[in-house]
Amino acid sequence: MSVNNPNWKPKIVAFCCNWCSYAGADLAGSGRMNYPADVKIIRVPCSCRVNPLFILRAFERGADGVIICGCHPGDCHYTSGNYYARRRLTMLFSLLDYLGIERDRTRVEWVSAAEGAKFAKTMNEFVETIYSLGENRKLSDIRCKKS
Amino acid sequence: MRKFAADQLTKIISSISTPVYAPVEDGSMVVYDRYEDGMTLRLDKVGTDKTPKDILFPQWENLMHFRMEGKTIQLTEEERAKEDYVIFGVRACDIQAIKVLDRVFLADPIDTYYAARREHGTIVGLACGEPAKSCFCKNFGVDPAKPDADVVLWPAGDCWYCEAYTDKGRALMESWPTEAADEAAVETIKAEIAVKYDALPFAKLNLNGFDGDHLMEKFDSPKWKKLSMPCLGCGSCTFACPTCQCYDIRDYDTGNGIQRYRCWDSCMYSDFTLMAHGTNRPTQVERYRQRFMHKLVYFPSRNDGMYSCVGCGRCIEKCPMNLNIVKVIKALGEGDSND
Amino acid sequence: MQEIMNRMKARAIALLADGTVSRVMGWEKGEGEYDWSPALFENAEEMEAFVYGDYAGANLSKYCLKLGKLEGKTLVILKPCDTLSFKQLIHEHRLEREKFYIIGAGCTGMKDEKGALLKCNACKSKEFAIYDEIIDSEESRKPTGVMDRMAGVADLEQMTAQERYDFWQGELSRCIRCNACRNVCPACTCIKCVFDNPASGVQSKAPVTSFEENMFHIIRAYHVAGRCTDCGECSRVCPQNIPLHLLNRKLIKDMNELYGEYQAGEGDEERTPLTSYTKEDAEPGIVHERGRA
Repeated sequence: MSVNNPNWKPKIVAFCCNWCSYAGADLAGSGRMNYPADVKIIRVPCSCRVNPLFILRAFERGADGVIICGCHPGDCHYTSGNYYARRRLTMLFSLLDYLGIERDRTRVEWVSAAEGAKFAKTMNEFVETIYSLGENRKLSDIRCKKS
Repeated sequence: MRKFAADQLTKIISSISTPVYAPVEDGSMVVYDRYEDGMTLRLDKVGTDKTPKDILFPQWENLMHFRMEGKTIQLTEEERAKEDYVIFGVRACDIQAIKVLDRVFLADPIDTYYAARREHGTIVGLACGEPAKSCFCKNFGVDPAKPDADVVLWPAGDCWYCEAYTDKGRALMESWPTEAADEAAVETIKAEIAVKYDALPFAKLNLNGFDGDHLMEKFDSPKWKKLSMPCLGCGSCTFACPTCQCYDIRDYDTGNGIQRYRCWDSCMYSDFTLMAHGTNRPTQVERYRQRFMHKLVYFPSRNDGMYSCVGCGRCIEKCPMNLNIVKVIKALGEGDSND
Repeated sequence: MQEIMNRMKARAIALLADGTVSRVMGWEKGEGEYDWSPALFENAEEMEAFVYGDYAGANLSKYCLKLGKLEGKTLVILKPCDTLSFKQLIHEHRLEREKFYIIGAGCTGMKDEKGALLKCNACKSKEFAIYDEIIDSEESRKPTGVMDRMAGVADLEQMTAQERYDFWQGELSRCIRCNACRNVCPACTCIKCVFDNPASGVQSKAPVTSFEENMFHIIRAYHVAGRCTDCGECSRVCPQNIPLHLLNRKLIKDMNELYGEYQAGEGDEERTPLTSYTKEDAEPGIVHERGRA
């Protein structure tokens, strides 16, 4: 937990779709809106490109939270990718929750290319949540923790 | 020959100053684990779900770690075992299995990881008062009434008979509160075990022809195809087996270095001994044949007739599709090879 | 069951004789009373060893993947729950219908040495999803299995996250990665599994850390989500007694609750809940609102 290690800073992986959310992140940047540097963005062609293994691998290698951002339902560049992603991620998150992994470590948010402010706000909130949860211990590989 | 009262058993185990590994309950299973007060000891269980192999040759172990420091590679080798320990309550078949492992790991080049653990261990054997119906150890020269261990225990209801056979064993037994006992009582127990064993369904199998001289005949047998047909290619039999010793060495990228470890491998797997040109056992027929040929033909032909099956019966218990080595012996041992 | 077996045997021999089928996939007896194994019979003489009855628990659908590649038709004996697995494989275009002659086998619940199989305690149905002919009896049409299929899942959902975590760590830590659950699964049909593929980055032969234990079981259950018929083979074959069906049933329960009742292998709809969608689907945040945190 963060209380045990005062130097701990969360690592957040954000999978952002190329067409909406990545552009939204760009807008947040060019609009000089603040969001924590703890968020590492990985650009994907569509939110439905996110294989569940990507999320598990992020946790394995030390991520404390994983957020997936895509176009709003109905606005997918590929018409329906985010609809599929919505079901898949719901099921995956539910399974992780069932295994006792903290449910707040995973999140999905729809962010359009025009929503720079929403992107910044979402990231600020998410980092805040992960701070309160502390370090990810339940779903990380201890071999990756050794320095 | 010495003996102690049955109620002294847990006290004796608790009094041993080194770590003790013993068959204990883990949920619905019985496994060899480090014994601590409060655990449920299961010395009655023949054919524990996991074997004492877990202690001498664990499913995985780290070998070394390397990382880049500037332009040099820093290599840290894993330390070898240096703490003495006791494995308590090992059956005759599992002790024979350890001798099979010795043949592999203590032959040149010596496996120093295994050798260190072997050297620091003292084995307390346990005679099989009630052999299970899947047992067939005597076929492989194992006597369930007389495990070849440092110390041997014989169950006699209200007391345990015990005898030390090595210096390690004598040192261990020194502090036990035992009293002198009559040799004849143990001989009676041994005779009873022999009678119980002889009544088992697989007590006597025909192993004629399972040797190097009949290698090609067994290898080319058309029966492998049918025998292997239901095999799923899972590793249950290999991982439950007390003698299976094949392993793989793998590197794990930790992000800040490489952790090299070894782990059990299974000849049932499609990527077992995979080479640059591909695999030399492309279907489950060849993989299945490999497992049994290794145990019954290749190994004895290179190790003075010592089979690498010990008749513990675990593959009979564990195979999801009820395949096992007894079926193979019966199918391939009949008729033509009885010369 | 003896009577069903005799009719089945006679029928299979007749179909072999008239050339309708080239082989029969069924069961044969082993050394003891309980240890029946799946077996392939190619002529009337071999059919002598054919058995069907209380210990024919194995689901033969998985073997059909290999048998479907052979010359000629294969006669396969499928129990009601097995037909769901078979039909699902047809939906996924893994099997060709015309390569098989299916005898639907009446089933009164299967057993092993320890008693009734777990999957039979919560028997889903006595209906055959696919068949060429049915050989059953009055007795075998009666429903069996009285346990609530989702009771175990519901119990876990009532626990706190920490309790669930402790429960699963206790179970999954026993995993020896023998892959029996994967290899027996009729829905696991990848030619090269991601866990056997050195290029995947997650290939491993031993559960070295708790992460690897978790990952294997999450991916195994998740990859068959929507395609899993809940045939129960994964739990049946686990040599370490891990209740793997509780993972699959959780996904089934969630899909039923969120996307409508669905049984893989039933009906003619090839799309599963995870390969379809509606515009009104729940948001992933619903996970935060259900059950205990």
